[in-house]
Amino acid sequence: MFGQATKYAESVDSVMLLIVGISVFFLLGVTAAMIYFVIRYNKKRNPKASQIEGNTKLEIAWIVIPTALVLVMFYYGYAVFHESRVVPKGAMTVKVIARMWAWEFDYNNGKKSGELYIPVNRAIKLELNSMDVNHSLYIPAFRIKEDVIYGRENYMVIQPDKIGTYVIACAEYCGLNHSHMYSKLHVLSKKDFEKWISDN
Amino acid sequence: MSENTGTMPYISFLHAESKHKGIFKWILSTDHKRIGIMYMMGMLGFLLVGITFGFLMKLEMLTPGKTLMDAQTYNALFTLHGVIMIFLFIIPGLSAVFGNFMLPIQIGARDVAFPRLNLLSWWLYVIGGILAISSLFLQGGPIDTGWTFYVPYSLRTGTNVSLPLFAAFILGFSSILTGINFVTTVHRLRAPGMDFFKMPLFVWAVYSTAWIQVIATPVIGITIILVIVERIFSLGIFDPALGGDPLLFQHLFWIYSHPAVYIMILPAMGAVSEIIPTFAKRTIFGYKAIAYSSLAIAFIGYFVWAHHMFTSGISDTSRFIFSLLTFLVAIPSGVKVFNWVATLYKGSITPGVPLLFVMMFIFLFSIGGLTGLVLGSLATDVHLTDTYFVVAHFHYVMFGGTVMIFFASLHYWLPKMFGRMYNEKVARWSVGLIFVGFNMLYFTMFILGYEGQPRRYWDYLPQFQTLHVISTVGSWILISGILLMIGNLHRGMKRGPLAGNNPWGGKTLEWTIPSPPPVHNFDEIPVITHGPYNYGDEEVK
Repeated sequence: MFGQATKYAESVDSVMLLIVGISVFFLLGVTAAMIYFVIRYNKKRNPKASQIEGNTKLEIAWIVIPTALVLVMFYYGYAVFHESRVVPKGAMTVKVIARMWAWEFDYNNGKKSGELYIPVNRAIKLELNSMDVNHSLYIPAFRIKEDVIYGRENYMVIQPDKIGTYVIACAEYCGLNHSHMYSKLHVLSKKDFEKWISDN
Repeated sequence: MSENTGTMPYISFLHAESKHKGIFKWILSTDHKRIGIMYMMGMLGFLLVGITFGFLMKLEMLTPGKTLMDAQTYNALFTLHGVIMIFLFIIPGLSAVFGNFMLPIQIGARDVAFPRLNLLSWWLYVIGGILAISSLFLQGGPIDTGWTFYVPYSLRTGTNVSLPLFAAFILGFSSILTGINFVTTVHRLRAPGMDFFKMPLFVWAVYSTAWIQVIATPVIGITIILVIVERIFSLGIFDPALGGDPLLFQHLFWIYSHPAVYIMILPAMGAVSEIIPTFAKRTIFGYKAIAYSSLAIAFIGYFVWAHHMFTSGISDTSRFIFSLLTFLVAIPSGVKVFNWVATLYKGSITPGVPLLFVMMFIFLFSIGGLTGLVLGSLATDVHLTDTYFVVAHFHYVMFGGTVMIFFASLHYWLPKMFGRMYNEKVARWSVGLIFVGFNMLYFTMFILGYEGQPRRYWDYLPQFQTLHVISTVGSWILISGILLMIGNLHRGMKRGPLAGNNPWGGKTLEWTIPSPPPVHNFDEIPVITHGPYNYGDEEVK
């Protein structure tokens, strides 16, 4: 469950943990206060309500503190995301062609494949092209996706650091067989990859 | 206003005669109260259709692969579920029903500013609904684009796209005209002495909403026309094959459809600000903070649309800016939640059914809002967008938020609208069933999404089945709760015990007139000398 396959995925999970942690704190606080007040200030226990119209200090506190917190969340979310947009020097480029309802991966040496094979520990730049409608290349274990849009070339960077096989799904609705537009990502050792790519 | 104590004989709006006969007494009536009830009937009808489609979708999700329908049917179902729930139920929402019925009364007016325009809005709603439904039976089959109508798919599919889009266009006009009507009503028809800061917070919320309706809705109208024109004449506006830009569509679509989220939620927030003081018997905490936060939400809400497009290939700079603004729009919603909870502090609380719904709302809406932060953050959004996480998030916000308060308002204002009360015990059972079923149905979707289950999938990987099954069983519990609730309300409306003018001891103006209200609401327009929630005044006297 929630398997991570890259350092980047671990960073995304830590952003998730930060936001969920703060959120659970607020959710439990608000819910507990609400339930406590409804019980404690029940009509039977508290027949006469106090008419409190507000409190400026409190209003300022619950504007300023959440603002500070969301800015922290924003920053971490952006900082981690930014890593995924930088194309490292020496990255290998693979051209991705999406069409209803299959993926094709084109390599520099002319090799084409229906599944994506890449070497471990090397940055890969995927150039995303669609032949028909919008698709989205989604690798859940890598915590990353980018839409594949007809008429423009989006890109995505992945940095695999564990050998293994992962799911690739289409995440942008693309018609009848959208839910069958799966493929596989194979992260191979450098040696295995050299063998695979030169084997026509 | 001693003549309005309910003992005097009067003719209620429900029984008033007009020059028309039979059903025409209603469908040609310009009385804001009748129009509100007609919206309610139409919307409840569409709600039941939407629920049925949702129920069928969840049944299909019981097993991977085909359970009872093919992929094309499933794709049409999630599209129709979205189109009906959004355009025919939740966008007119509380504004159309309770805004129409209560807003004029709450500001001490006899009707809205333009009663005939109001009737036209309702007719446009009905015509839009009929067009949307009739498109299901035309050749080509029901629309299968998803309710977001993304190009180029919506330009290529052979299903009926143009007619439901045109229906949404007409519904847009209904929304714009209602907005114009409410803005004018609030500016021109407030009772003497009712300045803006003496208005009930529900009025503030409907007023803010009305501005969004007027300003944002034309954008979707233009977008829809462009898609229809593109489908017919292949102009090359959106289709890249003809030199168009598919992202242009997404921008235009979300420039309306994000503010539309606030069209859906703001009136519900207003109703919460009515119900809590009534059941806590005290003035609202932070009146101005709540009022201004409605305006802040309405304003900032225009500038966050591209957070729906973080993975679409927009520039990294725009991703940065829209993520930042998205986090900021969370603040005014947070301010409201804190003030509502603070209003319970040192109240004298009766936990009636409307308040139970409000408590459920605060819990569910908080989850919806906080998971919105997860989706506003770039790193996590890239992973979670277009997965079940998003589906869970917006159902927590829209269903757990708006619809729960729609239900709360039905219970809160039913005795005012029909003069009769529902059965309290049955209502509590329905609250319980709805709460349990809702969380089973949608909380599982957060987990599914994080595990990588994309949305709009007819088929799924076998490892996701357990969570899908829990979710489907939750849908059964939720639906039985809703049906129990509707049955109870219907019985209460017809045969419930008489409720009297003010069953809850509320302070806003609707509780000062008889239930159901007379045709012209007030025999004498009241003069306002105090704020809307003056629960302390009795003790002073």
